[in-house]
Amino acid sequence: MPDKDIILEVKNLSKVFDKEVLNIKKLSFRRGKVYGIIGPSGSGKSTFLRLVNLLELPTKGKIYFKGEDISMNGRTDIPARREMTLVFQKPLLFRTSVEENIAYGLKARRFTKEEIKARVETLLEKVGLRDFAGRHAGTLSGGEAQRVALARAVAFEPALLLMDEPTANLDPSNVELIERLIMDLNRNTDMTIVMVTHNIFQARRVAQDVIFLHEGRIVEMGATEKMFTSPQDPRTRAFVDGRMIF
Amino acid sequence: MSLLKGIAEAFSLILTLDPYLTQIVLLSLQVSGLAVFFAALAGVPLGTYLGLKPQERTRFAGKLLYTLMGMPPVVAGLLFYLLFSRMGPFGVLGLLYTPTAMILAQFVLAVPIIAALTMIGIRSRGKDVQETARTLGAGRLLTAWTVVRESRFAISGAIVTGLGRVIAEVGAVMIVGGNIEGHTRVMTTAIVLETGKGNFELAVGLGLVLLIISFVINSLLYSFQGGGKEIA
Repeated sequence: MPDKDIILEVKNLSKVFDKEVLNIKKLSFRRGKVYGIIGPSGSGKSTFLRLVNLLELPTKGKIYFKGEDISMNGRTDIPARREMTLVFQKPLLFRTSVEENIAYGLKARRFTKEEIKARVETLLEKVGLRDFAGRHAGTLSGGEAQRVALARAVAFEPALLLMDEPTANLDPSNVELIERLIMDLNRNTDMTIVMVTHNIFQARRVAQDVIFLHEGRIVEMGATEKMFTSPQDPRTRAFVDGRMIF
Repeated sequence: MSLLKGIAEAFSLILTLDPYLTQIVLLSLQVSGLAVFFAALAGVPLGTYLGLKPQERTRFAGKLLYTLMGMPPVVAGLLFYLLFSRMGPFGVLGLLYTPTAMILAQFVLAVPIIAALTMIGIRSRGKDVQETARTLGAGRLLTAWTVVRESRFAISGAIVTGLGRVIAEVGAVMIVGGNIEGHTRVMTTAIVLETGKGNFELAVGLGLVLLIISFVINSLLYSFQGGGKEIA
């Protein structure tokens, strides 16, 4: 019997570009938890997110979303992908208003006009951009753009929210706001959040479980506090102590 | 005749809506407008498709488009002349010396320009737009539409460039159209003819109309692109 609490599972997942950049034997993500994926540059963190979101196809291995194999046949237009989303490090906002950007995923899912309006208003309030609805997205600062991208991603309440370095290059106030939003989502929804971050302190603040990747492989994973207070692998210890150069 | 006198008389012809000049201008707009309309229908999807493919996989297609962009209009005209002449494979259609043949020749000239410039515009941002749309749950059609909409400044520039190219060309329309008065005579072929006849007022008038049309279209494009700020 498949565990209904597991929303995402990967088995023998591998991706080869010029060389193998990712090789994960088995990894599961439970519903409603926040996961942090940490590791030095080139450890395969972003590749993992892109594979799960089907932006890249695995060289081999399986990806199961709610128990269904979504990696089969290389098809990308499958219903499962409408239940997940990915927020990029440098978000691309469409050349239209903030409001239209946030409404994009809702329109793709044919929400009613009233529902779209209500959700957009609520989200603008949450991300601190209440008066920005009509503003052209091209006029926003980096932090504002990332907040809009996050609002756009969560507007349709995906079951799985993937985030690739969502606060890289942002000022501390924007980092704090985005982290607070993530924690709010975790408290108030059933969403599973998988966040890739370079920032070990951020992983410690936000994630309940942490996965440490190095050279495309999982070195260690487990409850955040345990990983930071008593890491088992010397490489994890070096990374959390800040001794691993990346 | 001085140039100034020619320009003054040309303005008079334009302002009085001289019937001969008006008919030529309208036919030019009709032929080139339709050619570019159909070329956009073919070139924009082709350019979008190529722009979203990895560059290493579209190298040959890219080189081919760039080559065809520089195709001399007389070569396109010659090609259609051979196809549509009485002895040609499509001679039975009786299209030679008709506006249809002119539209086809200009279509062939405009497609590579529109496709290549669209491809370049899509490459600059299209992949990111495509991925963002897909992560937000857009299906294939909505994703494609989003990519085109987000590249609208580049695409509109490509279409206007195509129009500029065909409305100003003379070689192709001269060969396949034959410059028949009231039937296939367009601005460029009329300028050549009237200059040869020494009828400079009309030639200058037609030249001015060409410039005015070009100015209006490019001004609209410039405004649409936000004063040149948003190109890609």
